[in-house]
Amino acid sequence: MDWYPLWNSLRIAAISTVVIFFVGIFAAYYIAKLPRLVKGVLDVLLTLPLVLPPTVVGYLLLRVFGPKRVIGAWVLETFGVKMVMTWWSAIFATVVVIFPLMYRTVRGAFESFDETLAYSGQTLGLSNTYIFWRIRMPYCRQGVLAGTVLAFARALGEYGATSMIAGYTPGKTATISTTVYQLWQTNNDALAMKWVLVNIAISAVVLLAVNMLERRDFLTDASKARRARK
Amino acid sequence: MSLFVDIEKKLGVFHLRSQFEAPDETIALLGASGCGKSMTLKCIAGIVTPDRGRIVLGDRVLFDSEKKINLPPQQRKVGYLFQQYALFPNMSVEQNILCGIRSGDKAEKRRVLAEKIRMFRLEGLEKKHPAQLSGGQQQRVALARILCSEPEAILLDEPFSALDSYLKWNLEIELADLLATFNGPILWVSHDRDECYRNCRSVCVMENGRTSEVTPMDEMIRHPGSVSAARLAGCKNFFAAEAKDGKVYLPEWNVALPLAVTEKPFTMLGIPDNAVTLSESGGMACTVCRMIPGVEENILLLRPEGSAEGAPMLRITVAHESDLQAGAAVRVALDYSKLLLL
Repeated sequence: MDWYPLWNSLRIAAISTVVIFFVGIFAAYYIAKLPRLVKGVLDVLLTLPLVLPPTVVGYLLLRVFGPKRVIGAWVLETFGVKMVMTWWSAIFATVVVIFPLMYRTVRGAFESFDETLAYSGQTLGLSNTYIFWRIRMPYCRQGVLAGTVLAFARALGEYGATSMIAGYTPGKTATISTTVYQLWQTNNDALAMKWVLVNIAISAVVLLAVNMLERRDFLTDASKARRARK
Repeated sequence: MSLFVDIEKKLGVFHLRSQFEAPDETIALLGASGCGKSMTLKCIAGIVTPDRGRIVLGDRVLFDSEKKINLPPQQRKVGYLFQQYALFPNMSVEQNILCGIRSGDKAEKRRVLAEKIRMFRLEGLEKKHPAQLSGGQQQRVALARILCSEPEAILLDEPFSALDSYLKWNLEIELADLLATFNGPILWVSHDRDECYRNCRSVCVMENGRTSEVTPMDEMIRHPGSVSAARLAGCKNFFAAEAKDGKVYLPEWNVALPLAVTEKPFTMLGIPDNAVTLSESGGMACTVCRMIPGVEENILLLRPEGSAEGAPMLRITVAHESDLQAGAAVRVALDYSKLLLL
């Protein structure tokens, strides 16, 4: 069995998750501070990929990154790089599709933050950067971690947009999901089943992690204290 | 050093107009909840930006809308004790206090930390998290953290509202002692007259977003200038009043009191508790409408003879031993010198 699709899926999901970790947190933090109308519009635009069919997202991405389209043509001309049909093209697709998951989970977590803590940090002379990373993020870590894990899980399973922008080339752009489709098409049931089981196993582990993170006292001070007393 | 505040801020229908000057001592900011006390503190600390005005601490301008000066909270050097203390839940006592220490190398910071731990009697709690501390301990940590940051003024936002009342009295003494070492203006926000009286020499009454003049505490208790000030000063009886033939006439009771009418216009008469006594003869004839047993004293609601149906009743307190019940006839004497024309 050729394990390339697993490796490819994992690296696409991992890179996309790292990108979305920062972009999602950044968006959740700054969009919350915008005027209500702007916030509403951005909210809809940024959440749209969550409800749009992945093929629609893939189509829109091709309209932007395709070799004959604005950005795609410019990159091809300037750097001599084609932006579609490579393994890393799938990162564009995954990032767009999983962004809303991260953005919405983190925003929910930030909304539960007690702003008084930030104010008291400011009056004590702490910088806003310190307050963000050392007070706000630890306070909201459950939501942020849950969002990250959820985004990673979704990234692993991305099929529609990925297949359109990266296609299926064995040993090059093949991911688990595109491989399963290809194997089913070519009547290779046994191998398809193997990949399905691999996929279910990974997803189950990830969801287990999400559940643990969502358990309220997991990793909180209260449970730490309880463990310390034992 | 003194703190000068003259600010305005509109928030929907609420209009805040704070104006006062706090000298180098503890000043009470007394007002009912929702009157703008906390908003005033937030403006001084730089958390909320006023629409207009000036805030000056000592010789430093913290905010000036005309000169476009608006120092961030980090540079204002104003210590703020929040109602729930706002300790960082993810940090230990030690880390919380270290957050307040602004300067010095690691050894110097450790030295200051050790000093504050000792001074605030926090030995043994260094590694604990805020959730594991009692309310009083949390308050001490928060205060230690504030004093570490070397503030030039301190704002206390209802320092005891987060504590059970039976804990309050000795924590109050403790807080006063710890604050005694501080040199600079302290604003003590509260809605509790007694708490303010015990801890502050001057008071600024806030009502509906507006501040009154800073007056000595005694003066405010004995001669409150408005109905709400009188209410905050502890007065519980208020009746509509008008001047009539050089006397004060209470239309609801249909009585005229031989009170020297001042030039100051008035619409209400306030009757403080200590202005009413039960008397054997003379005074006003009243009927006891209701007796409410209290912990230390009983409360009587009295209806003066001749008062209109539905008129407000006079609330007085009597000793537990008193066997007055509803329906009894009593006579009350008023000490005219203590009545408040408002």
